[in-house]
Amino acid sequence: MVAKKTPLYEEHVKLGGKMVDYAGWFLPVQYEGLIPEHEAVRNAAGLFDVSHMGEIVVKGKDALDYLQYLTTNDIASIDTNQVIYTLMCYPDGGVVDDFLVYKYADDKYLLVVNAANTEKDFKWMIDNKDDFNIIIENISNQIGEVAIQGPKSEKILQKLTEKDLSKIKPFHFDKEVNIAGVECMVSRTGYTGEDGFEIYTSKDDIVKVWNAILEAGKDEGLKPAGLGCRDTLRFEAGMPLYGNEISEDITPLEGGLKFAVKLDKEEDFIGKDALKKQWEEGLTRKVVGFELLERGIPREGYEVYKDGKKIGHVTTGYMSPTLKKSIGNALIDINEAKIGNEIDIMIRNKPVKAKIISRKFLNK
Amino acid sequence: MKVVKDLYYTEDHEWVKVEGGEAYIGIADYAQDQLGDIVYVELPEIDDEFEQGEAFSAVESVKAAADVYMPIDGKIIEINEELLDDPALLNEDPYENWLVKIEIADKSQLDDLMTSEEYEKFLDEEA
Repeated sequence: MVAKKTPLYEEHVKLGGKMVDYAGWFLPVQYEGLIPEHEAVRNAAGLFDVSHMGEIVVKGKDALDYLQYLTTNDIASIDTNQVIYTLMCYPDGGVVDDFLVYKYADDKYLLVVNAANTEKDFKWMIDNKDDFNIIIENISNQIGEVAIQGPKSEKILQKLTEKDLSKIKPFHFDKEVNIAGVECMVSRTGYTGEDGFEIYTSKDDIVKVWNAILEAGKDEGLKPAGLGCRDTLRFEAGMPLYGNEISEDITPLEGGLKFAVKLDKEEDFIGKDALKKQWEEGLTRKVVGFELLERGIPREGYEVYKDGKKIGHVTTGYMSPTLKKSIGNALIDINEAKIGNEIDIMIRNKPVKAKIISRKFLNK
Repeated sequence: MKVVKDLYYTEDHEWVKVEGGEAYIGIADYAQDQLGDIVYVELPEIDDEFEQGEAFSAVESVKAAADVYMPIDGKIIEINEELLDDPALLNEDPYENWLVKIEIADKSQLDDLMTSEEYEKFLDEEA
């Protein structure tokens, strides 16, 4: 299958983006370079094309009841114009996907899901619709989305709108923000550990928004940013990536996402029994953070050893652009998961010493 | 992509500069460009011996790791230690910044490699 082009494809090419097939979409892995783009987001701002993300609307009388049944977090705990992070699990506790839920009204929600999982998620949602009185709509192909991330995001975006953006608090949104003449939905969310906004509009209007933001941020150090730094940024900030830290085979509890799994939620939800059992019996493995004590770079899939015995594998690993250290996440035996414990990462068949540290690599 | 004359090249984008019975080995411009920002270089030890096609070094960018293969049989007689402290030198000039110097074991193996003209043609076909 040929990868799809986002509405911003031509803009990426014009900007010199190095295009790759990511989750079935042509997207820039970088423009100028992963490191300068990563640093721009940490110190000023970066602009990402996230039009590949999936958008699914759930509406109808039973929308809330359905989402409570479908997902692990407590959707009833948020107000209108608020956003919550949640997961959708299989009955055995494995993860279908993780995503954000936007509450438009008691009977209307928007789910923003991982690009590669959109079709799978949509099917899972339909298959589990049961007798709930709801309509589920996949509107992914109609929506364009960009994310401005970094400490200067508000200052830059404010130049393009009359709405007071400081009024949009973290994990909240405003569905009517005019940006450079385009009606947008704007949320104070992101995937980088920095302040920032995600901006949604029609796929036809997103080009105008993209170019207006780039222009407005020119003097503030804003750079267009690619997928390469999106991953190093989210990883440094301790955020999970579906397929790495959580997956069909790694439950949210093992992935360190207990905060988003409300085992004491009154309602039953898919996977609740399995997750409850796992929690009560105690985890046998867990995703931890580590730093290398010797030269080398840990990569996804590398095996982890302790005293010559295999205890797990690396889920994400990098030379951190911000910390200038080799750090990683690994899914390992719970008995070895204590902070400070020394382990070995097998890099090209050689054990390299590492130490377990907090997954929140950045103290922000 | 920059291709320097009078060097030998491999299909894995290594280059070889022959000086008598010795040779410098590095990675081509195409390789550094594909990798992006290089943050780590692993080099062998002096006196290590490698056969043609064997991985002798690894070059890593933030995003990817790549093995570097020995273009011809040889023994390591010098390594470029500057790269250990400043791997980005490979992005700046991959031809100036060689990885290792070897003692060539079998000069006839040079015939297996591409000339700079052949390598240019190879790059055109790759792209």
